[in-house]
Amino acid sequence: MPLNWKTGGLLLGLVFFAAVLLVKPIGVSTQFVILDAMIGDVANPDLITQTEEGYGSTNAYLAKSGGKYARNAANPLNYSFVFVLAIMAGAALSALMRGGVAREERRLPAIWKANFGDTPWKRYAVAFAGGFVVLYGARLAGGCTSGHMMSGMMQTSLSGYVFAAGAFLAAIPVSMMMYSKEG
Amino acid sequence: MSTIILAIVIGAAFGAVLDRIGATNPNWIGKMLSLKHLHLMKTILLAIGTGSVLMFAGQMAGLVEVGHMDVKAVYSGVFIGGLMLGAGWAAAGYCPGTGVAAAATGRRDALFFVAGGLLGAAAYMVTYPAWKAWGLLEGAKLTLGTVPDAGYDGLIGLRGDVLGILLGFGFIAVAFALPERPLGRAARVAAE
Repeated sequence: MPLNWKTGGLLLGLVFFAAVLLVKPIGVSTQFVILDAMIGDVANPDLITQTEEGYGSTNAYLAKSGGKYARNAANPLNYSFVFVLAIMAGAALSALMRGGVAREERRLPAIWKANFGDTPWKRYAVAFAGGFVVLYGARLAGGCTSGHMMSGMMQTSLSGYVFAAGAFLAAIPVSMMMYSKEG
Repeated sequence: MSTIILAIVIGAAFGAVLDRIGATNPNWIGKMLSLKHLHLMKTILLAIGTGSVLMFAGQMAGLVEVGHMDVKAVYSGVFIGGLMLGAGWAAAGYCPGTGVAAAATGRRDALFFVAGGLLGAAAYMVTYPAWKAWGLLEGAKLTLGTVPDAGYDGLIGLRGDVLGILLGFGFIAVAFALPERPLGRAARVAAE
């Protein structure tokens, strides 16, 4: 069972506050682009370019805003990228400390089994396609659930509200259609 | 160097809390988005409200640097992208942050989500010029009120920090008011 919502919400709120107090609001989805750029630059060393004025790229998206994505991809030890690696470490440790995620659950979540039977590969295909749409959408929107919805609405940013409206407008009907059984 | 230590500490805390509130678990995401069990929604609303009240009160007290705010621009792509993210979030049960966190806890489907995400982000990198040419990325960074010294225009003429505190308490109130199970098992039992 997860934490009581009052405890969990307070803890999560304190993490948001610590982030904006000490550094900047939390965001995640940009780092998918940064990792892509690192992989891309290994495959094609011309992708990220460095001149005396700074970093640039043959890809227009990496080159935008003065090449800040290209710069971060060329220097992986930056705050935002390490932040996402630390999320993984924190989540893994936390899961271990509560006894780990059950083996069956790691293979196939209960809610999927309840609605679609024991079909792990179908589940993995949906997760892959979902990941594609989520990150494409997040980059088009300029942020994800963390950067737009949580950090954005916390800062009274209009974009956070617009984003949340779009996200729930699509998420609720899709979820109600796909997952009518609780699992 | 100190910023790297902060990244490790705050990132790890964020990952651990995401895991403990059930956000890395697609069963809880599915129950929230199909409105069967709003436990996670109440958690998130309380968190947004708490963060908002602390941040804006801290700014007014001079303890939190206004310059740490980072408001994103609003443009039509924000809404279109939001729709896309929402559909994928519901289908997969993961969003970018919870997906990487869940992959780290050993969930196999989350690894597929992250792989799909890397491909989706790459697809956006390639198609970005088209969105830009269509003018769907043009917009301004706006806050609801005008936050003193933040440098963002306000949508309405109220003081942004006061409004932020009020909205923060609003989020907290909604977190308390939302029913745990609007369409879930308990609600069905009650109706029978």
